[in-house]
Amino acid sequence: MTGTFSKFKSDQIPAYLLALLLIVSLLAPVLPLQDPLLMDTASRFAGPSAQHLFGQDEFGRDILVRLIFAIRNSLIVAFAAAVLAGIFGTALGVLAGYSRGLTEMLAMRFIDIVLCFPPLLLAMLAVTLYGPGPVTLIPVLAIVFVPSFTRVAHASVLSVRSQDYVEAVRSMGASNARVMFSTILPNIAGPLIVQFSFTVAVTVVLESGLSFLGLGVLPPAPSLGLMIGTGRATLAQAPMLLVWPCAALTAMILILNAFCDDLRDRLDPKSSKIRGQ
Amino acid sequence: MSIAETTSKPGLSISGLNISFRNKDGWTSVVRNLGFDIAPGETVAIVGESGSGKSVTALSVLGLLPQQATRIEGSIRLGDKELLSLSPKDLKALRGNEIAMIFQEPMTSLNPTMCIGEQIAESIIAHRGISKAEAKLEAIRLMEKVHIPSAARRYGEYPHQFSGGMRQRVMIAIALACKPALLIADEPTTALDVTIQAQVLNLIKELQEEEGMAVLFITHDMGVVAEVADRMVVMYRGDVVEEGTTTEIFANARHPYTKALLSAVPQLGSMSGSNDPQPFAIYDINTGLATDAAVLKSTVDMSEILLEVKDLSVRFPVQQTIFGKVTARVHAVENVSLTLARGETLAIVGESGSGKSTTGKLVTGLLHPTAGKVEICGKPMRSDTRQSLSRSVQMIFQDPFSSLNPRLTVGRAITEPLRIHKLATETQRDEIAASLLTRVGLSPNIAKRYPHEFSGGQRQRICVARTLALKPSVIIADEAVSALDVSVKAQVVNLLLELQQEMQLGFIFISHDMAVVERISHRVAVMYLGEIVEIGPRAAIFSNPVHPYTRRLIEAVPVPDPSRRRDRHKITDSEIRSPVRAGDYVVPTRTYREVSPGHLVQEVGPEWAA
Repeated sequence: MTGTFSKFKSDQIPAYLLALLLIVSLLAPVLPLQDPLLMDTASRFAGPSAQHLFGQDEFGRDILVRLIFAIRNSLIVAFAAAVLAGIFGTALGVLAGYSRGLTEMLAMRFIDIVLCFPPLLLAMLAVTLYGPGPVTLIPVLAIVFVPSFTRVAHASVLSVRSQDYVEAVRSMGASNARVMFSTILPNIAGPLIVQFSFTVAVTVVLESGLSFLGLGVLPPAPSLGLMIGTGRATLAQAPMLLVWPCAALTAMILILNAFCDDLRDRLDPKSSKIRGQ
Repeated sequence: MSIAETTSKPGLSISGLNISFRNKDGWTSVVRNLGFDIAPGETVAIVGESGSGKSVTALSVLGLLPQQATRIEGSIRLGDKELLSLSPKDLKALRGNEIAMIFQEPMTSLNPTMCIGEQIAESIIAHRGISKAEAKLEAIRLMEKVHIPSAARRYGEYPHQFSGGMRQRVMIAIALACKPALLIADEPTTALDVTIQAQVLNLIKELQEEEGMAVLFITHDMGVVAEVADRMVVMYRGDVVEEGTTTEIFANARHPYTKALLSAVPQLGSMSGSNDPQPFAIYDINTGLATDAAVLKSTVDMSEILLEVKDLSVRFPVQQTIFGKVTARVHAVENVSLTLARGETLAIVGESGSGKSTTGKLVTGLLHPTAGKVEICGKPMRSDTRQSLSRSVQMIFQDPFSSLNPRLTVGRAITEPLRIHKLATETQRDEIAASLLTRVGLSPNIAKRYPHEFSGGQRQRICVARTLALKPSVIIADEAVSALDVSVKAQVVNLLLELQQEMQLGFIFISHDMAVVERISHRVAVMYLGEIVEIGPRAAIFSNPVHPYTRRLIEAVPVPDPSRRRDRHKITDSEIRSPVRAGDYVVPTRTYREVSPGHLVQEVGPEWAA
């Protein structure tokens, strides 16, 4: 394991890029950046310059700074929602898959009900009821993605629980909680992590979509969806205003997916990567 | 043989065959300088353990090895055709037409969404180009030929409606569809029950005589070799170590590896006259010298009963009406009673569906009985006492590849029971892991490694070490050695016997392998369809089997002695019946008769009247 991180390898690029994204987003408030809300109407639609590397938008705000803060907002919402969905969804799925019977029936039918609602519709409903903003967005997105975690966890538990080593731990006198969370859970982590990556990526898209519609992050706070929405209006004058947030969104999702794919390979003890071959 | 001589089918001739696989560091040689001939109508067996190159050889004959990653040199001739120089297209035409193969797993080698008859007919149409209606008739004829009862009716049934033995018959029917010159059988009976194995071997021999084809039989089981093969080739890690007629090699093996292999094969009847278990003599593969098996002292202490099972039953509903009324049940275990004394080994034998594994699970508390009770050291096993009683009962599983958690290091896996019961400190646990590993014959340094780095035998030793961590008094071994190679099997059996000597453990040894059971057990219980049909001291059961099922079971065990080949006409084509009964099935009251002290036999019911 020690040698793996000391040498640079091309398959670690997504990890480095994601680390960069996370560090920049986390440190954004303390970095020597301009205020993303600071307007400079004199230089509306100004092109790139030394002070404003990506140029300025329709209110003369710095596009690069706004992109950084938009990514930060997206990631906060996406990770918070995915973590919440992951915890509740997995717990429900493991419980349903392990205990079978009535628990399984109730849990899976509940999931089916949630699945009946199109995610965007459910989010719009909640936003209309409780008002837009991250405080509504995070729990709503979490509920939307609970079923996918439950399904993945449930299906994986069904295949793992029939393995002899689960039976073996039970025969040693382990409690049900121990069997579920210290024996079964690590063995279904692979698909769940992939599901997590997928959820973060989809949440980023969904959050942008809602913001685009004006139901997510509220202006003037920066958000990729909002930026795409306003950029569309000025496409003829300043096409780069649309290109930058779109590129940022695409890159972010690609990085997330590539990283989690690699992570899954690494987490598998049978994979050759861990042995440094 | 006379039929074979009159037909003009070609034989197989292999000479100077070398096979190498490409891996990261270049080429690894897996088969070296292999050569043998099979005449039409003759059966040659390739014998060897895992990794000997026997299956690779079979695949090379069929041209099924991946072309990019394999290098094959030498010559494989079928009649006057050189198979190695054939184009992929010609090879494809050859497969199925002139060479056919049957595989080990009849469960996975049939398409589950196609009915049986069509799968046979499909193969006939593909190779002979006859019409659908003709192919159907031909398929039914083939099904009759492989003794599938009421073939015309079962033509439209699906694979899941067929038992393992019946599916293997279907595979044989497909293989025979085009009257091949060569049949390759790769461990065709390994996954089957012993009585079914006897039937399938019988069938292959019978068809071979009719068709006059050459048979290449690949197996690790010396008993099967003695039963079917005219000549045999013994392979060890890619080399042929010995070759000759079966009679000759069994009577007078020259190579140390062949000797080791033969000595590790349990011989039914070799234990008459002794009441205690007997370890295997271990041969050194390099020198051929035998380490004599230690004579064991008796460990049984009848004064202390470790385990008592009384009238245990478990039934599972399999079919219900929408109102919840059960219309069919599996009677997995029915009125089973048994006891186990300290230091005693009780073997439970039976075939699939006999309820032997379920009995093991009931004893460990993994399943709850429908009726009856289990007492461990005088304390009843209930859901509230299971946790504490599990310290005295531990279990070893059949498949060493799935019974270890792939995410735990060996050291952690072994001390997992201590963690569950919150015993010992972290440093003490490490010490315990090291000493247990040493105890089962492994190096204590492996504690930091993961299970997938070890072979089946090593993993099974790790499992044994894990069961010992809590110092239990009873160990349930559920087919614990069935998945292992013969020589490894002998070593693990010896290890279990040693541990019993040392710690006076009580073993419940669940197995279908009568020959191993004879070696290891003090007493034997024979189960059939969930019931114990015969129970008693091992010597009594093997020398004087009374129940018809016990007799059938013992007769079906292949004898590793070609001179004592069975009379094939004795074997009936009966299937193992299913323990699924109608919802209103009333369990018949069974009475037992004492044949000799401790030897009880169930009064034979009307279903056994032949």
